[in-house]
Amino acid sequence: MAGDEVLVAPNILEYPYKRTVGPIIGRFLTGLRERRIEGIRATDGRVLCPPVEYDPANGESLTEDAFVPLADTGTVTTWTWVGRPREEHPLDHPFAFALIQLDGADTGMLHAVDAGERSEMRTGMRVRAHWRDEREGAITDICCFKPEQDA
Amino acid sequence: MSDAAVEEGPVRSIRTPQHFVYQYSPGQATSRFLRGLEQGRILGQRCPQCGKVYTPPRGACASDGVPTTDEVELPGTGTVTTFCVVNVPFYGQKIEIPYVSATVLLDGADIGLFHLIQEVAADKVHMGMRVEPVWVEPADRTPSLESIKYFRPTGEPDAPFDSYKEHV
Amino acid sequence: MRDVAVVSFAQMPSVRHEESRNEVEMLMPVVAEAIERSGIGRKEIGFTVSGSCDYLAGVPFAFVAGLDSVGAWPPIQESHVEMDGAWALYEAWVRLQYGDIDSALVYAFGKASMGDLPKVLTLQLDPYYVAPLWPDALSMAGLQARAFLDAGHTEAEMAEVAVRSRRSAKDNPNAQVRGDETVDDLLGRPYVAAPLRAHDCAPISDGACAIVLAAGNVARDVCDRPAWITGIDHRIEAHGLGVRDLTTSASTRTAGERAGVGSKPIDVAELYAPFTHQELILRDALGLGDGVSVNPSGGALAANPFMAAGLARIGEVAQRIHRGDASRGVAHATSGPALQQNLVCVLDAEGGK
Repeated sequence: MAGDEVLVAPNILEYPYKRTVGPIIGRFLTGLRERRIEGIRATDGRVLCPPVEYDPANGESLTEDAFVPLADTGTVTTWTWVGRPREEHPLDHPFAFALIQLDGADTGMLHAVDAGERSEMRTGMRVRAHWRDEREGAITDICCFKPEQDA
Repeated sequence: MSDAAVEEGPVRSIRTPQHFVYQYSPGQATSRFLRGLEQGRILGQRCPQCGKVYTPPRGACASDGVPTTDEVELPGTGTVTTFCVVNVPFYGQKIEIPYVSATVLLDGADIGLFHLIQEVAADKVHMGMRVEPVWVEPADRTPSLESIKYFRPTGEPDAPFDSYKEHV
Repeated sequence: MRDVAVVSFAQMPSVRHEESRNEVEMLMPVVAEAIERSGIGRKEIGFTVSGSCDYLAGVPFAFVAGLDSVGAWPPIQESHVEMDGAWALYEAWVRLQYGDIDSALVYAFGKASMGDLPKVLTLQLDPYYVAPLWPDALSMAGLQARAFLDAGHTEAEMAEVAVRSRRSAKDNPNAQVRGDETVDDLLGRPYVAAPLRAHDCAPISDGACAIVLAAGNVARDVCDRPAWITGIDHRIEAHGLGVRDLTTSASTRTAGERAGVGSKPIDVAELYAPFTHQELILRDALGLGDGVSVNPSGGALAANPFMAAGLARIGEVAQRIHRGDASRGVAHATSGPALQQNLVCVLDAEGGK
């Protein structure tokens, strides 16, 4: 009679996705490649970063003339500590994921903060973007944010 | 320290590759079937309600939604109910084209099994053709349908259409 | 609007890892029990709809195999949502409004143990700006938990939710996580995604559940005390975490108002809160007072069969109504990071006219 144990095998799911970005996201990512961060002004005057194609409040189309330059510094509005980074995480030592409201923007952008220790993190702290040496036009062109005083 | 932007021109696309690893288990019924193949046996499971025999079994009768509890060993011979001659080369192809893949209604089963037909010219394969499995050497068998290399004609007269018309 | 009620509910005990059965083998007894308890014959059911996620198995169209547990011959009217079964129930409720059929089977299942669920859930995120950073599901919840604490709450309040959940789960044979820990016990344990500790997070669970809905007189004929759906609504918020107020759940508040939660007293609430702080946010959004029994099943913190946990909340409220332990209850389901999308369903023993 056949054995009774169920069989188990690894199943690897891989997709090489390439996504077209369109003019709004494309402009933001092109800016990142040039170490430039931009936001977009929504219909109520709020500046959203990262920029979106449609105003989340009312669905109105937002266009390129609504882009607004932003600083590469900002404030942490919330954070969480990653004590044991996963392989796919942006940093390989403990770090924080955070929402960072860049100076000039009214909304937070999700990114990594390389603060060294959990005790260094707090809501309201000031951070600055650190750029990769080789950039390709992606959110990861910003390697991470670091506490402003460490810059 | 270089400060290079990799490409010129506006960014039009990004690459977002994904890689996920799962531990997949086919469950009890299919595991028994696959282990059976490793032993050179073809197993099916019968539905206690309608009596139909499923191979490969997945543990459920798709018509009645009840567990198929009775194990049945099948002789291995069967009838080609439909087939396809593959002429198109594709990446990862293991067999020389043209080759034939077919649905074989195994004797004793009520659903067809998908496999290869060899040892016969592609243009001679036909519905109703009687076939038998050609097994991999016992030492090389694995819990996989690849333990059957392919099916080949038995040389018997064709099965009458009435005997498999419900499965076409 | 046609009166539609939950007339039966069945579930399997949630386990960390269903080692030997595949999804169909797991689902068959659950579906069979729900149908048997409904008093409606399998072949009389007018519509079947399921909720599940192929990414739990990593197999495209994995959900189709689930139909083997239903017996889809002769051909049946069937649908599927790549979402929690609560949204499948919403579709079934809408379908029944048309008036040509009187019953529906809703089922949901998942074996999250097969993959890496916190990583799989990054697939829900903005693919341009967020997903390339791979913030796992715990981190996304952690961002919301920190905002919740900054708004004036404490880690002890969160731990209290876990304490209550574990204690309640002792009375639930289908729960996975039970215990008698105190708040101090739990606060002494390490963070997994600060400010979240393990007890603040739902477990990984393999599981399945099923519900049969029936309309009008069919429901009255087959069930002594149908759990009538007097209101059901779902709302979704903006995609970007940075544009949302993470300390409240505006979508739950709106869905609750539209479903009529506040129009009469509520006895029991089953809220799909896979993180402790979320239960507190949801209580507030639904305006639930101290007199409401929240998550007597233990909730998602006790058992989180992903894709079935929301449907199970509806089932848990319904079965309390069936047994006469409650008269009116609210069930909630959520989807997406940090309570992005929320469904609220009000069930009432006195809902059928």
